[in-house]
Amino acid sequence: MIDSIPKLLNAAIVTLKLLSVSLIVGLFIGLLFAILRLNKNIFINKFAYGYSYVFRGTPLLVQIFIIYFGLGQIESLRSSFLWVILKEPYWCAIIAFALNTGAYTSEILRSAFQTIKPGIIEAGQSLGISNKIIFYKIQIPIAIRQSLPAYGNEIILMMKGTSLASTVTLMDLTGVAKYIISTTFKPIEVFIVAGGIYLFMTFIIHNVIKYLEKKYSFN
Amino acid sequence: MELLAFGDTGWGDELFRATLMTIAVSITAMLIGFSFAAIFTPLKLSKFKSLNLIANIYTTVIRGVPELLVIYLFFFGGSGAIMFVASMFGYNEYIEINAFVTGSFAIGIISGAYSTEVFRGAIQSIDKGQFEAAKVLGFSKLKQFYKIILPQMLRLAIPNLSNVWQITLKDTSLISVTGLVEIMRQSYIAAGSTRDPLFFYSFAAVLYLLLTFLSMKLINKLEVKYSRGY
Repeated sequence: MIDSIPKLLNAAIVTLKLLSVSLIVGLFIGLLFAILRLNKNIFINKFAYGYSYVFRGTPLLVQIFIIYFGLGQIESLRSSFLWVILKEPYWCAIIAFALNTGAYTSEILRSAFQTIKPGIIEAGQSLGISNKIIFYKIQIPIAIRQSLPAYGNEIILMMKGTSLASTVTLMDLTGVAKYIISTTFKPIEVFIVAGGIYLFMTFIIHNVIKYLEKKYSFN
Repeated sequence: MELLAFGDTGWGDELFRATLMTIAVSITAMLIGFSFAAIFTPLKLSKFKSLNLIANIYTTVIRGVPELLVIYLFFFGGSGAIMFVASMFGYNEYIEINAFVTGSFAIGIISGAYSTEVFRGAIQSIDKGQFEAAKVLGFSKLKQFYKIILPQMLRLAIPNLSNVWQITLKDTSLISVTGLVEIMRQSYIAAGSTRDPLFFYSFAAVLYLLLTFLSMKLINKLEVKYSRGY
């Protein structure tokens, strides 16, 4: 049990890397699609809705497998420069995670934008502030504050989601845990250590979000 | 299209059976989850701190640890644990548990943690007056629960339970790692033997979308039924 700890801690760094990169990329995708969802053009709107519907309605495992095993089948993709990225399981996992968390994030941000009271925007307009600045300086900060609790949950869900990277040969925390279990046949001990590391990370994320919520609360 | 033909030439019938398996595992896991919730929700709402603690450990650990890790624990540790219990009763043969049982239990325990939170929230948001009125009417404890609390709780819980159902349905794809032939595993086998992973995994995605779409329609009907009078 003791000698599995350093190996699992090293693997936790891989998990954290996967998590942070996918979250950053996913946040941009989410913001983009949330803005598209609020667009009045029905095609753009439906496209953004379709994206989030498909990624939220299918298991993450299917998404990773389509990107990792499926895309390699397309001949034109294999000969393009994208293949440098798509042949690596690491980047495939990150693309899948980012698209997945992007879909959830877009829903969170959309509902946050929609809960902003019209009076706030009107107040901005009557002060003669341009629409662009209203959006960047008023709507986005309020939306971010509104969506913090839900986004915190999403971060934790995504952290658990990164465990699926082990299915495409990546040695993240779950991958290493599985490897140790299958070589030592000590499932319970390894589960306690690996689970403990995951719980610790959940605990940290939870508290950071709580702190941010307090810091940016309106009253 | 011939890849999806029924019979020996295509994968249609195999994928159809696999879809039924996914539905079966999801429903079993959901029911196992409900029985866990039936145990842990009262513990969560109990006045005793130690009972609260037990229920909180359950929901916190399960919701903070990846599903895949829980599945590996059951997959590798399940038969060992059963054999250990059996050996205490003097049975020393090798016992192998079926993948369906392992999978449904692993997913069921996860789903139970989410259901527990949903039921706790639902009971807590029932107006206090309802509990008092039930008491004043002289109903027995059991009758109070079945006739007054449960119907109101279900109405409040259904929208969130539909989320739990979606999570459970999608989590069943992870059981494919234990070799149970559900949608994901069948697509993996088909993709391997036809060398057409893009088609089969995309088809699997379509199947899951279909399942989530149809179950949402059904749950919406239930929601309407239970919110009669509101």
